[in-house]
Amino acid sequence: MVELALPKNSQITGGKTWPKPEGAKNLREFKVYRWSPDDDANPRVDTYYVDMDDCGPMVLDAIIYIKNKIDPTLTFRRSCREGICGSCAMNIDGTNTLACTKGMDEIDGAVKIYPLPHMPVVKDLVPDLNQFYAQHRSIEPWLQTTSPAPETEWLQSHEDRQKLDGLYECILCACCSTSCPSYWWNGDRYLGPAALLQAYRWLIDSRDEATGERLDDLEDPFRLYRCHTIMNCAQACPKGLNPARAIAEIKKMMVERRV
Amino acid sequence: MTDMRTPLGKVRGLGSAKDGTEHFWRQRVTAVANVPLTIFFIGLIIALNGASYDEVQAALSNPFVALLTMGAILSALYHMKLGMQVIIEDYIHDDAWKFLLVMLNTFFVASVGLLSVFALLKLAFAG
Repeated sequence: MVELALPKNSQITGGKTWPKPEGAKNLREFKVYRWSPDDDANPRVDTYYVDMDDCGPMVLDAIIYIKNKIDPTLTFRRSCREGICGSCAMNIDGTNTLACTKGMDEIDGAVKIYPLPHMPVVKDLVPDLNQFYAQHRSIEPWLQTTSPAPETEWLQSHEDRQKLDGLYECILCACCSTSCPSYWWNGDRYLGPAALLQAYRWLIDSRDEATGERLDDLEDPFRLYRCHTIMNCAQACPKGLNPARAIAEIKKMMVERRV
Repeated sequence: MTDMRTPLGKVRGLGSAKDGTEHFWRQRVTAVANVPLTIFFIGLIIALNGASYDEVQAALSNPFVALLTMGAILSALYHMKLGMQVIIEDYIHDDAWKFLLVMLNTFFVASVGLLSVFALLKLAFAG
């Protein structure tokens, strides 16, 4: 059966409240999920106070503030700080999003931060995304052709190029897949919205010659058809993309080639 | 036991079933069919509210009424079977339980369908 409750060793216990920065007048409360593989302790939620007069406007600024000035053991991924690398994806205020593009002014009250849901946790806010990347790899996200390669580039009309808009922008941050209940229950067999959006990006690329084989590989009750149009993916996507629509388009292609 | 398979090996698993579109399509077809058939069926129930056995029997002797009622029952049952199967596949991960429940789902729908059709034909042809 599906596990509706957390296993005993994953249940969250009360955490530590860290001292407020001295002399700060404009404080903001942060509640952050903590778990370390180095001890046997259950995960906990620590409370931090960030001096907003000494910190940038984004949630990532506050996490970096915490790491630099309060608690250097806080572990998280970040890189580009401008929403293009997808490293700092986490669950903020109940929604999966990028810490670097989420403004703290968008959140009421204490800022609650958890790792991406339903993934194994490596440490604190760092989830294990190996399976997620393998799913992306499995849809073979590269141009596949049989025709002899042209001397220059493969040509594509403006209209055909426009079909890739709303798809190529995906940064594989995993916000969508880890927000999807179907992916939570069947993530071992369902490819998830991110991999399927990428799959569609190659299915409608006019230069690709492996459309049929790609559809063959996706046609599966679990790989594709576990999508029940819940739409959490589109809601969560920090880039404003719509993986649910891409999946619906793949289903339409499946029907189109047999009806 | 430590699982030493590679992530890609696990994702590829047993490969694509090359199936699922038929299920998806039939689910859509029965959904579309259910719209008029269910409206008809609800209308019939309202029209026959409080009617005597003889009046109901007379109404069901009409071939149009009998066939539309049968269509409503069969389409709704088949749609229900498809939906229930998806729910079982979603939530039951133990293979033995899953196979058993998917089978029971089919048996249940077949039983209800056969009984309903038999009852309907009996009523329709009794007069």
